[in-house]
Amino acid sequence: MLADLQMVWLVAQRELRDQFRDWRILTPLIVLTLSFPFLMNQVAHEAVGFFSRYGTTLIADRLVPFSVLIIGFFPITISLVVALESFVGEKERGTIEPLLSAPMQNWHLYFGKLLIGILTPLVASYASIAFYLAMVSHQRLQMPSVYTLTLLFMLTTAHAVLMVSAAIVISVQSTSVRAANLLASFIIIPVALMMQGESVLMFWGTDKVLWLAIVAVVIMAGLLVRLGLSHFEREYLLGREFDSLNLRWMGRTFWGSFRGESKSLFGWYRFEVRKAMRQLIVPMLIVAGIAVVGYWLSYHWVTVNIPKMLSDATPSDYADIIQDARQSVGLVQANQHISALAIFANNIRVTFLIFLGGIVSFSVLGVMTYLINIGLIGTVLGIFKLIGVSPTLLFLAGLLPHGIFEIPALMFASAIVLRIGAVLVTPQIGKSMGQVILELAADWVKVFFGVVIPLLAIAALVEAYITPSILFAVLPK
Amino acid sequence: MIETRDLSKQFNDFWAVDGVTISVQPGQILTLLGQNGAGKTTTVRMLTALLKPTRGWARVAGYDVMSQGDRVRASVGVLTEQHGLYMRMTGIEYLDFFGRIYRLSAKARESRSDYLLNYFGLSQAASRRIGEYSKGMRQKLALARALMHEPPVLLLDEPTSAMDPESARLVRDEIARLRSSQRTIVICTHNLAEAEILADKIAIIYRGRILMVGTLNELKQKVLGTAEYEAKFSSAWRGNGFNLPNGVTLIERRDMSLRFSVENPSEANPLLLHSLTDSRAPLVAFQEVPRSLEQVYLKVMADAQAPSAEAVHAG
Repeated sequence: MLADLQMVWLVAQRELRDQFRDWRILTPLIVLTLSFPFLMNQVAHEAVGFFSRYGTTLIADRLVPFSVLIIGFFPITISLVVALESFVGEKERGTIEPLLSAPMQNWHLYFGKLLIGILTPLVASYASIAFYLAMVSHQRLQMPSVYTLTLLFMLTTAHAVLMVSAAIVISVQSTSVRAANLLASFIIIPVALMMQGESVLMFWGTDKVLWLAIVAVVIMAGLLVRLGLSHFEREYLLGREFDSLNLRWMGRTFWGSFRGESKSLFGWYRFEVRKAMRQLIVPMLIVAGIAVVGYWLSYHWVTVNIPKMLSDATPSDYADIIQDARQSVGLVQANQHISALAIFANNIRVTFLIFLGGIVSFSVLGVMTYLINIGLIGTVLGIFKLIGVSPTLLFLAGLLPHGIFEIPALMFASAIVLRIGAVLVTPQIGKSMGQVILELAADWVKVFFGVVIPLLAIAALVEAYITPSILFAVLPK
Repeated sequence: MIETRDLSKQFNDFWAVDGVTISVQPGQILTLLGQNGAGKTTTVRMLTALLKPTRGWARVAGYDVMSQGDRVRASVGVLTEQHGLYMRMTGIEYLDFFGRIYRLSAKARESRSDYLLNYFGLSQAASRRIGEYSKGMRQKLALARALMHEPPVLLLDEPTSAMDPESARLVRDEIARLRSSQRTIVICTHNLAEAEILADKIAIIYRGRILMVGTLNELKQKVLGTAEYEAKFSSAWRGNGFNLPNGVTLIERRDMSLRFSVENPSEANPLLLHSLTDSRAPLVAFQEVPRSLEQVYLKVMADAQAPSAEAVHAG
């Protein structure tokens, strides 16, 4: 183990020496480290003065922690450059091949580079924060607590790991720094959005809420490290498929996986869709478990917390709550009718959201979307229980008729997204990432078009034409 | 030792290497000749366990490239197509870095670095950054890196490219010395003269397939036919009473010279010379008509690219 760590450190040490001899990395790092604390301090100073004049302190209280977050982030952006330079730059200059030809494990190289990609920008980031706090301490600004600062340092570190691990994933798929820089927008844009979200949490949330951001960033970074590590293979690093868009091969790979050996629609269902569905056994068990937990948690929360809210509610609030709950299960006025097409379109939108959320987050956001939808069922049943309607009766009359089709469709749509995320972060020996993605896309299309859409179509018809009649027949008016 | 059977590599739907079978013994040099993109680099990468073969197998220094990649890499010294040097490191730092990767002791690293830098005439530049080196110096340093851990197998891609004649000679001498110390060596090159000097065996590769493999003489015989020899005379000689030994054919008669085609030179040439001197020929010289590797290579490539061969290849 010590020998392994020595190897990691050896790679890191060389990178470090290289960085300190490269003015293109050092200059922006020094400039950002030293200039931003001054700038932010000046802005904070002006802002505090401005808000004090109007007797407001809320924003000012949070301004220093917010500034710490921003100041810490800027030097970290250099980690993206360092990581891209370290991986793709080595590929482009051909220096990676002698390294790969040496008797070191892939992970030695990966972690050596990851370590140094994170370390230097992070040290600069910490220095920048310390510099800023030193300035703050000499003014009449309120210093953040040690607890808040600890959280901010953790979040800053998580940002660095996230960006570098994402940069490595991109680097593995690129053969030139130019191509990698273009792909880097896939890191910068989500991270910028994430920073905005975190800023909102900083101003309007509590310190405790920051934990959520830390956990979310750490999970994403962990998955990206796993993904990078699983594809950090000599084979991929020296492969020749990257950067060239081979549409014919892509089409053939996708079609080969989508159609398989089948000759007819019946054959496709019998062999290909069945094969794809068999692979969903474990993901289905997981999403079923998530459904049970999600349902129970939301139902429990509603039945425990809502009574107090209802007791404080005005008659108008009360009517609104009931109306919202009715609409959540598609229960509108007796003389109103929601078309099957609208229900179908809405459910397609939800399952597509699960897919979109899933592919940008290794299934995490997709599964969360699914969890929210399941949670809604628990919430609605809980609310109806509170207003005196039997949740069992409501479930049997208002959910079960179309839910038999709709809930499995939702589960299949989530299970395939969960599988996609799991496969992406698992080493696929002998397959390039491109091939893995195309095969997964084919599997998703099989499940989505072969199973989910037909189930949702049936569910929509039942929900539009059968469920309301049953509901109005059995529910109290 | 290097041994491969049906070694093949497919990238998507393209076979970069297709059914390569070669064997190189310790103390032998195999030269891989072929156009750019013929599959030389991919073959070398499979022999270094950098790429996994799609089909077939290879053993390098006794280790399987599929299952013992780390051991293969520890036994191989590689000079890559691009020299792959870190421009911000000094020569001595660079060799020390790779010495540490190959887990050499500090003493071994120091002595090997000193020896190699001195041998390749880089001692004076050892403390300078590699970015300041000339092309030839960089190539020599890259070769020094490949030799740093004294590997039993060497895979060298264009070892003398960009070198001045003096340095190229130095490198060739070092390669010859390594051969005599029972190293197994594979060289990829476009330099046919160099291949002719160094190679014990030559393999010509085209579109991922080995078209021909053998010693230089075997290739010449296969491609250009039997060897030709010329006897030169000091005065006009008609050849009266001169008998040709078996396996020798007179192919050209001039006043001052005769040219023969000889099937088995080692057996027939002494008899031929004996017959010439017995017939009192005024012999002043007897030599093989020069036939270069270049002629062999160009003929093989021309045959491979001929429309009929293309059709066979495609089929």
